[in-house]
Parts: sequence; C-alpha cells; structure tokens
Amino acid sequence: MTKREFWHRFTAHLDPVLLLAISLLMLTSLVVLYSAGDASWHRVFAQLGNIVVAFALMWAVANMPLHYLMRSAVPLYLVGILLLLGVALFGEISHGARRWLNLGVATIQPSELMKIGVPLMMAWYFDKYEATLTMKTYAIAALLLLLPVGLIAKQPDLGTAILIGASGFYVLFLAGLSWRVMAGMVIAAAASAPFLWGMLHDYQKHRIMMLLDPTKDALGKGYHTIQGMIAVGSGGVFGKGYLNGTQTHLNFLPESHTDFIFAVYSEEFGLFGNLLLLAMYLFVILRGFVITANASTYFTRLMAGSVTLTFFTYAFVNMGMVSGILPVVGVPLPLVSYGGTSMLTLLLGFGILMSVHTHQKLVKT
Amino acid sequence: MSYAGTLRRRPPEPMKLPPWRARLLFLLLLAGMGGLVVRSAYLQGFHDTFLQSKGNARYSRDIEISAHRGMITDRFGEPLAVSTPVESIWANPEDVEATAQQLDKLAKVLHLGKDELASKLANRDKGFVYLKRQLPPDEAEKAVRLKIPGVALHREYRRFYPGAEVTAHLLGFTGVDDNGQEGLELLLQDQLAGMAGSERIIKDARGHVVEDVANVRPPKPGTDVALSLDSKLQYLAFREIRLAVESHHAKAGSIVVLDAKNGEVLALANWPSYNPNNRERPAMQTMRNHAVTDLFEPGSTMKPFTAAAALEAGKVRPDTLINTENGAYVVGGHKIRDTHSASSMTVSEIIQKSSNVGATKLALSLPPEVFWHNLSEAGFGALTGSNFPGEAYGRLRDFKRWVPIDQATMSYGNGISVNLLQLARAYTVFANDGELQPVTLTRRDVPMVGKKVFSERTAREVRAMLELVVQPGGTAPQAQINGYRVAGKTGTAHKLDGGHYVNKYIASFVGMAPASNPRLIVAVMVDEPAGAQYYGGQVAAPVFSNVMGSALRMMNIPNDAPLGNVLMPPAGEVIGEEV
Repeated sequence: MTKREFWHRFTAHLDPVLLLAISLLMLTSLVVLYSAGDASWHRVFAQLGNIVVAFALMWAVANMPLHYLMRSAVPLYLVGILLLLGVALFGEISHGARRWLNLGVATIQPSELMKIGVPLMMAWYFDKYEATLTMKTYAIAALLLLLPVGLIAKQPDLGTAILIGASGFYVLFLAGLSWRVMAGMVIAAAASAPFLWGMLHDYQKHRIMMLLDPTKDALGKGYHTIQGMIAVGSGGVFGKGYLNGTQTHLNFLPESHTDFIFAVYSEEFGLFGNLLLLAMYLFVILRGFVITANASTYFTRLMAGSVTLTFFTYAFVNMGMVSGILPVVGVPLPLVSYGGTSMLTLLLGFGILMSVHTHQKLVKT
Repeated sequence: MSYAGTLRRRPPEPMKLPPWRARLLFLLLLAGMGGLVVRSAYLQGFHDTFLQSKGNARYSRDIEISAHRGMITDRFGEPLAVSTPVESIWANPEDVEATAQQLDKLAKVLHLGKDELASKLANRDKGFVYLKRQLPPDEAEKAVRLKIPGVALHREYRRFYPGAEVTAHLLGFTGVDDNGQEGLELLLQDQLAGMAGSERIIKDARGHVVEDVANVRPPKPGTDVALSLDSKLQYLAFREIRLAVESHHAKAGSIVVLDAKNGEVLALANWPSYNPNNRERPAMQTMRNHAVTDLFEPGSTMKPFTAAAALEAGKVRPDTLINTENGAYVVGGHKIRDTHSASSMTVSEIIQKSSNVGATKLALSLPPEVFWHNLSEAGFGALTGSNFPGEAYGRLRDFKRWVPIDQATMSYGNGISVNLLQLARAYTVFANDGELQPVTLTRRDVPMVGKKVFSERTAREVRAMLELVVQPGGTAPQAQINGYRVAGKTGTAHKLDGGHYVNKYIASFVGMAPASNPRLIVAVMVDEPAGAQYYGGQVAAPVFSNVMGSALRMMNIPNDAPLGNVLMPPAGEVIGEEV
C-alpha cells in the first residue's frame, strides 16, 4: 500500500466540507479559550487534547458501516436507561445535582451517552416500523423519548433534558408525526404547564423568572444573565479587541470558559464577530442538511436530521441564554466551550453524519 | 452482506417527508438564527452604551489622590507646619468578603469597636467608606496584611506642627480633609492647598485592585509659604509671655514683636496655648488668637498718641507746662485722678509719669475732629491689614457723638478698644519718624511705603518722651535693656465687666529699641494679673525687656547705649499710674 493509497483509505469516510466547517469552530474555540484563560496556554492545550481524542472517535464512527450503528441502537439505549436509573439510585451528588455515576473504574455522566442513544433508538424504531406507522408507533416512540428525558430532568439537569428532548422531537417530527398530534401536544403542554412548573426545582423556576427581570436580583440569581448581557453589550459593534474583554479578565463573568464563553467572544469581537460565528454554525448546519437530504434510508435521514438539528439547538440555546433571551440552563456552546465530554458527543454525531454520507455513496457506486 | 440486505428492504426513494415540512423546519431554524442576530444587534448596536457603562462601572473606579499641602515656614525657611504622609483605610462595603474572625482582627488593628466596624460596613449602597483615617503607615500595613477583599489604603497627608503650642494660635490647624480651619492655615488655604488628582484603578470581581491604569489627573502640590515669623524670636516671646502669665497668676497674656521698619510680624504668641498636633481640640477660648481677635481697653499706652496729636497741632511743646490740677480734674461731672498729685507737669513728664489729668488737658486742647483724625490715622478702629481670620476692628467711636468726657477718657485709653497687634502697629509711627507701616504675617521682600501720620519732628519728640518712661522716675524702669536705649509706654487698665470697671486689670507695655533708630517693636499684654503686682511697669515691662534684649542681641543690632547703663530706682519705689 503506497502512502497515497493509505491516505486515500484513511480519508475515504471523512466529509471534507463538514470537516472544514467543524475545524473553523474548533479553531475559534482555541483562540477564545486562550483569552478566557487570561492568556494562558493551559486550557488551550487541554482542549486540543479533547479535540484530538474526539477526532479519533469521529474517524472511527465515520468508518463504521451504518448497520453496526443500527445494531447498537437498542443495547446502547438500554444500557443508557440502566445507567440513568443507576444515577437516580446511587449517583454522586455534586453541586446539588445527581448526575454522575461512579463505576469504580471511572465516573461517568450517562446523560451524555443518551444524547446520541435516544435519537439513535428512535430512528432505529421508526426505521423498523416504517411500513406500519400508526398512532401507536408514535406513542411508543414518545415513551422511548420521555423515559430518559424524565430521568435526566429529575437529576436535575434541565439543559441536557431539553437537548435530548429536542433531538427526540426532531426524530418524531421528521418521521412525520401528524400536525394534529403535534397541536394536541402543544395544548397538552400548555394545559400541564402549571403542573410542570410545580415539578421544576426552585432554582430552575428562579432562572426562568430571572429572564423576565434579571435586575431584580442582580447580584444573586440574576447575576449570570446580567453579566452575560453586559459582556455581550460591552463589545459593541466592533468588539473590544482580542484579549481586551474586561468583564472576562476581571472575573466578572461566571463560567467564562465553558457555558458563558460566547460572552467572552462577543465582548472581544463585537457584533461582527457574532455574525461570523453564526455564519460558521450555519455552515455546519447547512452541510448537515445536505447530508440529510441525500440520505437514502429512513434511518439515516432521521438520524442525520436529528444530529444536525440538535447541533443547531445546542448553539441556539447557549447563545440565547448568554444574550438573555433564554433562561440559564447548563448548555455549552457546541465545539467552542471547553470540555471533553460535549466535544466527544458532538463529534460522535458528526461521525454519524459522515458515515451516513460516505457509506451510502459506496453502496450506490 | 447483511448490511446491503438491510438497505434493500427499503424502497429506492423513500422521500416520505413532505418538502414543506423540511422547509418549515429550515425556516424555523433561520428564524432562530435571525433572532440571535437581532438580539446581538440590540445588545451591541443599540443598547451598548448603557451596557458598556454598566460594564465599566463594575471594574473601574476613580480614586482621589490627595495633594501635598504646602509647607509653612518661618522667614528663614524653618518648617512651622508640614504635611506628613499617613494612610487611611477605606472599604467598599459591597466588595468586602471577610470571615467574622478577620473582621475581629481588623477592628482590633484599627482600634475600632466591632459594632462600629460592622455599622460602617453596613452601608452597602455606598461605594466608599472610611474605616479609619490617618493611621501611621505601620499600623495601616497591619490592616492591609489581613488581605480582606474590598479593604484598601488611601494615602493622605496629616499636618504636623513642629512648634506645637508655640505657634498654635498663629498657624491655626487643618481639618481631617487637610483644609485650613483656623489661623494662617485658613488664611493661606488657597496657596497651601494643592489640587487633588485622581487615578483610575481596575478591580476584578472580588474587589482586588488589578491594575493602576494611569493617573488620570496628577495631583498638584500646594505652594510653600514663608511667614514673616522668626522662629527663634517666636519661641523666646512665647517662653517669656508664658512665664509672665504663670508667675503673675494671670488669666492670659499676649505678645507681639514687629519689625519696626516694615511692619513684619516677627513673633506673635499667647498663653495659654494648646498643642495642635493633638487631635482633641481644647475649648474655643483657648484656641483664640487673643493678640489679634480680642479687644481690650489700652489704657495709658494711648497717651503718646494724645501727646503727639497736641504736638502736631502746635498746641504744646514737649517742655510746655500743663496745669495738672493737683491730680484731680472734673470733666462733665466726672472726676479724673492721678496717683501722684502734681500742680503742673511738662508734656514729657505727663508721658513719663502717665498723668491722666495731663493727658485730658492735652486732648481737650484739640477739637474732637482733630483728635479723632489723629487716632484714626494711627490705625485705631480699623483692621491692621494682617488679614488674620477673625481679626477684631477695635472701637473708635465717631467724634460727632463725643461729649467732652469721652474725649477725656480716650486720651488715656479708656472708652476705646484695640487688639494688641493694632496697638503694636500704631507704635510704628513713633519708630518710623511718623510713618505708619502696614503689618504682615508673611515675609515681605520689598519694603512697603508707610503712611505719614505725624511729622518727623513730632514722632521724634514723642520717642524722646517715651525714653523717659523707662528711666528712674518713669513708670517702667524694668523695661530697660543693658546696652540699648529703650522707648516705651506702660498701660494699666481696669477691666470692664458688665459695663462697669472692676478691680481686675490689664497690664501692658509697648516699646521700641534701639531708641536712636528703632528696629523692633514689642507689645506685651497680661490679662488679669492676680498677684500683688498689676501695673504694666511691673508685669509687662520685664517681659518686654527680656524679649527685646534677647532679640536685639540675637539680631546683632549694634548698641546705642554704653553697657551697664541700667539705673534702677531705689528698691520699693514704684511709679504707679492712675488706672
């Protein structure tokens, strides 16, 4: 095997367009992390490590034929549910939430696994019953979705629950859930809102209330929202310039390298920077849609569509939260926020997209 | 291949999803993106000024930098009031994060009660609260070493007066904000005070100062001011007046030393005094600069002006005999008395013996307007020009409302009031051949032009009379100084209490030396000497002699009399004056 052949085989299942789009965002991540860490390389190198590992996973998944993925749907889902139950029963409490499970060898956060596990399971399910789609099919699919979402919301981890709920809903939507049912769901949701409100934890209620008037408790519960808005607004049209964001460097901004990294970016690069960042996300999403539209099977289309839309949801929820139009939920800015777990989950999704795109081409030719 | 099989189960083009559904999704997605763009534009394009100012307010603050207050020195540059750096501890209560233990320590270091500290820190809406002002640097260091976020230092200046009580009344003092409150500190405020600067500091969320960006405005230090004072003379004068007040069990005493030629105040002191370096201020009464702000009836020290007025009007010559009516003379139903009855005296003797009847006769020989004009020209009833805060005018009533007894009593210094500085200044007319000098408390580098009040001849004649006062046979032989000719006048006045003269006295002496060409004028006033002696010649004249003598020698002024010229009257003989 010549060097060239090896290279060809090595890159055969990678989608260059998507790879470029992702890489741009990751580069942005490294640039902003350097600033958020007060010009220290520490986090930049750590994030680079995360990226390398995640790329490896993506490569592996991209090279995996889709039927392996389909076959893994049920076991992955079941393991995920078991782990979530395990968390609910034996999980470790940290920061007032029970999200981690100590398996002896490692501490894991099963909710992350379900970000892929749930849409995979639902796509597999619809694919299996494609020919006989009835209301019952949708109802069962909805149960498949609500069980893990409920468990995660109870941890409590509203951000992840919303993301997983959204990813499952996209599968339902793309699978052709009828308008009547959706309208019914909206009405049911509205009707049960007071009940759901009662189910929310106090801190979650506060976060929603704070969105309406963050200044009410500027130093307490509204602090995150206000600091985020101030940092974003401080940037102005052209930004304060790289490494010159005062709100970040003087520690006014909470979670400046994780959930609120958008505020750091925004303060330093301004409105133009934000437009550029949105353009980069749109680039990834459009490529995802192209892959979805070209997907040849029901399963692949559902899966690709869900992965793409979930990615959008991630970005939208995070930026909306930082700029003060959505309540504060713990959702990182995809591919930019510091953190290995979310990077792995995201690139797992992109691996699936690449696999969807490249494997069906192979079949067609 | 099972995988191929899986795919084969599917219809070839399973586009089950209606295109509108995909389009709707895409539109929703674009709408979401659009929402983010609009929000971003709103925050960054329209609302940004507000948010930026909010952002700035969170981390930057302008801190005032105190300016160094100018030094007050004596005429030779000796420091009399200097500003030394001290540290004040302040806090931004909102930023203070401290454990109860830390707060206890802080309270201890700052010598504050725990409750006191807590109440200061309770002002959470204030961004700046002084916890303790003007600590010595080592104590301030202790407070800072506790490293409590939100607690910081502020450099200030504290005034220190090396002369303490010696210069207290003259200099006054500054308040805690370094502004002059009294005395020359108040008078010279504009020159001494600098312009406070400011600096912008950047703090992080925990209140730690991250960076001193720059001096936005550097402080402008105040200018130094040199007084006319001679600190050695000042100390001497202070020591002597204190001694006199204490040894005569008097209520108070003041002394003024003037440069006879140009009116500069070389020394000005009062006793009792206070130490301005102590933070606790004494009663207002003790802080008054009596020599300038308080009035008294001068008594016989006025008589030289009466004599001068009569001489100037050409009514008398120094050797003109005046009928002194055996020491009792009735004017307007009031009887005027002399201690030593004599049928007649020359004008010179009237001054030497301090005859009230003689002075009355001299005054009444003049029209009221002329007598008033002479006194007014000599500076009575007007400010001295020292500009000292709170200076008293002195009372010289309008001649139009005089009745003869008014003119009579004024001739020997009753019914008129002066402050000691005013009186000392008035004597410059005799020292300067008839010219009145404006007085000043700051060093005068160019000579001032005086105001001609009396002719040179009159002035010299009166000065010659004043020399007789200190000779045996005069009222103040104790004012003599070995090696110098002295000219001066005693004064002993009853004090007024509720409109009536009571048996309390003010003993005074104003004199100049060397009499041949006077260089200095010293005025001494002792309030309520309570011992056996109360005449000006007994109480004030020795103070004059000690101060003037030392001053002349200190200033290397050539003798104008042979050494050993002091002739004292026989022991026990006191020429008193009617008071």
